[in-house]
Amino acid sequence: MPKRNDIKKILVIGAGPIIIGQACEFDYSGTQAIKALKEEGYKVVLINSNPATIMTDPQFSDKTYIEPITKEYVEAIIKKEKPHAILPTVGGQTALNIAMELYDDGILKKYNVELIGANKQAIETAESREKFKEAMTDIGLDVPYGYIVQSVEDGINLLDNISLPAIIRPSFTLGGSGGSVAFNEEEFKIAINQGIKESPVNQVLVEEYLFGWKEYELEVIRDLNDNVIIICSIENIDPMGIHTGDSVTVAPAMTLTDKEFQKMRNWAIKCIRKIGVDTGGSNVQFAVNPENGRMVIIEMNPRVSRSSALASKATGFPIAKIAAKLAVGYSLDELNNDITNRTLAAFEPAIDYIVTKIPRFDFEKFPSASGKLGVQMQSVGEVMSIGRTFRESFQKAFRSLELNLPGLSPKDPTDNDSEIKRFRSLDIKSLNRGSSFRMLKVKEALIQGFSIDEIYHNTGIDPWFLHEIAEIVNIEQSYTSIKDLKFLKKNGFSDKQIAHITKKSLSDIQNTREKKKIKPVYKVVDTCAGEFVAETPYCYSTYEETHDIQPLKGKKVMILGGGPNRIGQGIEFDYCCVQAVYGLREAGYKSIMVNCNPETVSTDFDLADRLYFEPITFEDVMNIIDFEKPDGVLVQFGGQTPLKIANQLKEAGIKIFGTSSDSINLAEDREAFTKLVNKIEVTIPNYCIAKNYDEIVAYSEKATFPVLVRPSYVLGGRAMQIVYSKKELVDYVFRSAEATSDHPILIDQFIENAFEFDVDALCDGKDVFIAGIMQHIEEAGIHSGDSSCVLPAHKISNKVKKEIIDVTTKLAKALNVVGLINLQFAVKDEIVYVLEVNPRSSRTVPFVSKYSNIPLANIAAQLSVGKKLKDFELKNIKHKHIAVKKAVLPFKKFKDEKVFLGPEMKSTGEVMGINDSVGVAFLKAMQSDGYTVPNKGTAFISVNKADRREALAAARDLIQIGFDIIATEGTAKYLLKNNVPCEQIFKVGEGRPNVVDEILNDNIQFVINTPLGSKSRYDEEAIGKTSVMKNILTITTMSGARAAIEAISLSEKIKVKALQEYFK
Amino acid sequence: MQKHKKAILYLEDGLFFEGKSLGSAGETSGEVCFNTGMTGYQEILTDPSYAKQMVAMCSPHIGNYGANNSDVESSKVYATGFIIKSESLISSNWRSTATLSEFLKKNGVVGIQDIDTRALTLHIRDNGAMNGIISTKDFKLTSLKEKIKKIPSMEGLDLAKEVSINRKKILFPKNKTKYRIAAIDYGMKSNIYNIMLEHDAEVCLFPATATAKTILNYNPDGIFLSNGPGDPAAIDYGIKTVKKLLGKKPIFGICLGHQILALALDAKTFKMKFGHRGINQPVKNLKNDKIEITSQNHGFAVDPESLPSNTIITHIHLNDTTVAGIECKSLQAYSVQYHPESSPGPHDSRYIFKQFFQMMDKNAKKK
Repeated sequence: MPKRNDIKKILVIGAGPIIIGQACEFDYSGTQAIKALKEEGYKVVLINSNPATIMTDPQFSDKTYIEPITKEYVEAIIKKEKPHAILPTVGGQTALNIAMELYDDGILKKYNVELIGANKQAIETAESREKFKEAMTDIGLDVPYGYIVQSVEDGINLLDNISLPAIIRPSFTLGGSGGSVAFNEEEFKIAINQGIKESPVNQVLVEEYLFGWKEYELEVIRDLNDNVIIICSIENIDPMGIHTGDSVTVAPAMTLTDKEFQKMRNWAIKCIRKIGVDTGGSNVQFAVNPENGRMVIIEMNPRVSRSSALASKATGFPIAKIAAKLAVGYSLDELNNDITNRTLAAFEPAIDYIVTKIPRFDFEKFPSASGKLGVQMQSVGEVMSIGRTFRESFQKAFRSLELNLPGLSPKDPTDNDSEIKRFRSLDIKSLNRGSSFRMLKVKEALIQGFSIDEIYHNTGIDPWFLHEIAEIVNIEQSYTSIKDLKFLKKNGFSDKQIAHITKKSLSDIQNTREKKKIKPVYKVVDTCAGEFVAETPYCYSTYEETHDIQPLKGKKVMILGGGPNRIGQGIEFDYCCVQAVYGLREAGYKSIMVNCNPETVSTDFDLADRLYFEPITFEDVMNIIDFEKPDGVLVQFGGQTPLKIANQLKEAGIKIFGTSSDSINLAEDREAFTKLVNKIEVTIPNYCIAKNYDEIVAYSEKATFPVLVRPSYVLGGRAMQIVYSKKELVDYVFRSAEATSDHPILIDQFIENAFEFDVDALCDGKDVFIAGIMQHIEEAGIHSGDSSCVLPAHKISNKVKKEIIDVTTKLAKALNVVGLINLQFAVKDEIVYVLEVNPRSSRTVPFVSKYSNIPLANIAAQLSVGKKLKDFELKNIKHKHIAVKKAVLPFKKFKDEKVFLGPEMKSTGEVMGINDSVGVAFLKAMQSDGYTVPNKGTAFISVNKADRREALAAARDLIQIGFDIIATEGTAKYLLKNNVPCEQIFKVGEGRPNVVDEILNDNIQFVINTPLGSKSRYDEEAIGKTSVMKNILTITTMSGARAAIEAISLSEKIKVKALQEYFK
Repeated sequence: MQKHKKAILYLEDGLFFEGKSLGSAGETSGEVCFNTGMTGYQEILTDPSYAKQMVAMCSPHIGNYGANNSDVESSKVYATGFIIKSESLISSNWRSTATLSEFLKKNGVVGIQDIDTRALTLHIRDNGAMNGIISTKDFKLTSLKEKIKKIPSMEGLDLAKEVSINRKKILFPKNKTKYRIAAIDYGMKSNIYNIMLEHDAEVCLFPATATAKTILNYNPDGIFLSNGPGDPAAIDYGIKTVKKLLGKKPIFGICLGHQILALALDAKTFKMKFGHRGINQPVKNLKNDKIEITSQNHGFAVDPESLPSNTIITHIHLNDTTVAGIECKSLQAYSVQYHPESSPGPHDSRYIFKQFFQMMDKNAKKK
């Protein structure tokens, strides 16, 4: 069937901010879908609140709405744009949920908009556990036994029929939230009680827990002609009981016979037909009992998912792109296989390599999290690796994690890592629950002599995988001579591991490899296991005989990507890498992308001229350089990941394009940097680099408290803290960090009650272009990645602004920046302090680019290869609009975590609000983050003395709008004295009911709570946590409060405006 | 760690790969072909169509689920050699009764592992199927070169005779017999007759050389032309027999049987560069425009230009538009180039069998 001509304009719904469970795979799939629809000549309208995405770059869609993804806003867009259809299947759960709401509220009908890709009934059947089970039973497919329970007593009675462990899932919560496994009766009761509370219909499903069952996924695609194909089979190494997003998985399935695989395939096809997904991709999950082969179907997702992104990257089949084309009417045999470009999309990929996916966790960021894995997803990112054998692929995946693991080995023993120490006294029982380092623990258990059988019984990991891991151990112990080098390389060992195994130095290994020409060859992912010549394949290394490819011809530059998403290193850097590809193309260079994150746009098959799906380690990158011989390497776009190896690359004589690694080092090196700022007369807060305890004591004598303290060289402000006294400082050192000359402790004067600013700028070594000055909304001291900001800065004097521009220009030139530079400033009493300088792309680059319609990373890439700023004729236009960026925090996932923001970054993503007024921009940002902005009710106000005057004005405005005010003692007295009617309320600990009680009782709808110094942190923490739980809008600065109140007064009217309209 | 003997794979054009022994030690030869299927090695090894062929598996890990007694397509291994990247350390599956290595040794299969199978695949893809020798005892290239000259080319080779049964054999269904099928065994896979038996058909297997008279004497409701190895054009006796059978009874052919039917209809076949071997092969049914993912294993194909006017193409292969199915309505004959019985492979095409039963039903009514 050819494409449909009755629809001309399609609304694509994006996934919104990056949260745990919904990451940048939806930028990848959404971008693919939009490109595919545009290619077919459709007008595309996009809504997505996440500015860090490539898909929201204005060139991709006809209209790009960076607006909150709520029913109201989508309706406003529908009303304005009058699309003929909505594609809700490429924006994750967010898009599906919204589509359902629009359907249920009759909005789709009202505006005569059609859902394409999935229909209401299909979504509903797939999303509801109960309906899904019923549907599957109907067509004769086996499902896990389960019982609906409405009280704890019912549950206890069930224990006669089922045995623990069991899974307890609250009914009708989306995304498996609230699900848990009970191993004993006590946990069982608690889980049922909790689940009933969390379920909107107060019931839970108690299900047989398929512990140790093998878990599989099939990615399925169906077209309107009812053709169904299977793209990929995925086998989870971690068996049932751990969310598939948190499991280590491999593709293709390793331990299924053809008979079993075909049965699974048949079931998946039956399932997608029964559920009624007319077109597009779905993911179907299965469990298989290893004892007797009993197979059950677990669930299906009627949309593209994280697994489909993985399956796309694992096979070369672009699921989202094809799904989008099927949604507009094509059948599979009318579409090309873009990788081979000589066959069709109607086929099933065959692969001749092994793909391993390992999730990346960030439990260090959330001390309260137990680190135990379960049915709720907790990982923040993932890596994918490709090898010709499992061992090669598996070890590569560990290298890719950006955790300094050289393979399936702990970090260098010299590394001071508590995680590794913990393995030393291994309790075999501890293996029975998944954890982020379980595979390393399995290896350790094998080293310590536990049998494969014992490990199998404790983990449920299929013996096939355990034998492979055992073989890694065996090889390490038996092949310890440098003569075994080639054999070790074939088994996926890195040079570092081999140095350790053979007790040689790393350079010995490198030299021997060079001398004996033991180099990897590069093979390609071609969708067909070599059956056809492929035109746009991508590459991976392996130690075999022949290359599939020749080095790329022409002028070429290598871009090092960002690796796995983790907190502090997110989609923003992938955005920059993608823009760099475009920039290089414009500058006449071919691009070579190196990355290992399967969720990303940068690893899409048709983006860079050549893609290497490889770990970003010195060894792996050098091997590629050795083969490709690029003209140079770009390290400034992939965040911290490439910077880590920039020095080594430089030492190896590799040309780094753009800002030199010396400049990057200079900015990181406090002492050298201080010399520089002194020379060019720039102010920085006073500081101390303490290499031992005495130095800390000495500094504390003269320091102005509070100070900011942290270990050197940390990402995202890990272990950073503000301390208010000498005693606290000493405490910190004892508790969290040891000062050594290799790893000194940094102590900075903390400018309290300052305004903070972020600047992104471009420099070609000579000229500087200031792209944006952002003002933080939260109080100073909060990590810039976590704080909300306004662009352009809205409360800034001309003098300060001039000084910021001045300092930025001076520093960019002094550091000889070629490309991007990001600076952070604190301003107090009109004094401008430089807090941080990063001569590379920053987290805010996509935000500033969206605001200004200037593709900063693109230009930076061009500057790096020799273009000049004047070639771009950039102008600082004073735009009428204002953009607000808000960080999105994962506190709902980590319930016991302190919600208090500080210098350590905790956010997973961000949203943007854009409008001609700060208030509305702010409002939109809040709404995009899921807050309901109240327009009446009770506002709670508790402010420090300095903020009282402003609080008074705020209270008056709130009353005008129709709010009642309650306040804590000091604030209340001040307000009453100034004739503002308000009620007084207890602080936590002063008496009951206190403010927290009132929030819990739904008596407070809005909170303004500015910090009162260290003593009141307990109160603020309690209020903050309760507010998060109840989704109450909570503001912690007066500038934020002003914006919020303005927003509240404007919240009645919803107006939407596309990015393209802002720049007409 | 298991220590393996050295092994070599030497190809007709002089390219060779050094690896390790797999299965039995010794020396073997055949036409080297590759299969892209990620499951089903046991079915492949026991498929008689692979006679005189050495199969290279594209999927790197082979043997993971071991071997069992039921996933076989015949009672022995027909492939003359097995070429893989990596042999599994263990077999892990609840139905497994032996490891791959045990299975290969029991069947005396000489194989090679630990070679760059992708390089081999690309070489065959680019240069066409060619003969090869696997040896664990002779590593002299000059000697291997001499030996390989003596291996006959697949073109013009009649292998059906070699793998067919010697005398006719009747298989009875569990239930009461509804149909009688005469199946000419050119190397028939067991799942084909298993499916027929499940449809309450009695299946009488005839040797490839059986005459039309013998076959018609059985008084079958339909005649089935099985899959099998070798060059269809070389099976002149078979083609003659089928010519005599045409129009007498409904005829259904699979793979080699499809090619023999075409030849009996005076069409021509040709040797493909490297054939189709895998379980991901897309076929389009031209009657309803639907796509089926099929299991295929063939090195020859029917020339569409040579088909007589009474015969239509019912299915085409989507990757290269080669003929995947034909039908001659006037003579009640149809056939497919691929394997609707799968095993290994998808079950999308099982409906192909139905047509056979419907034709036989229709004939029964006429009587």
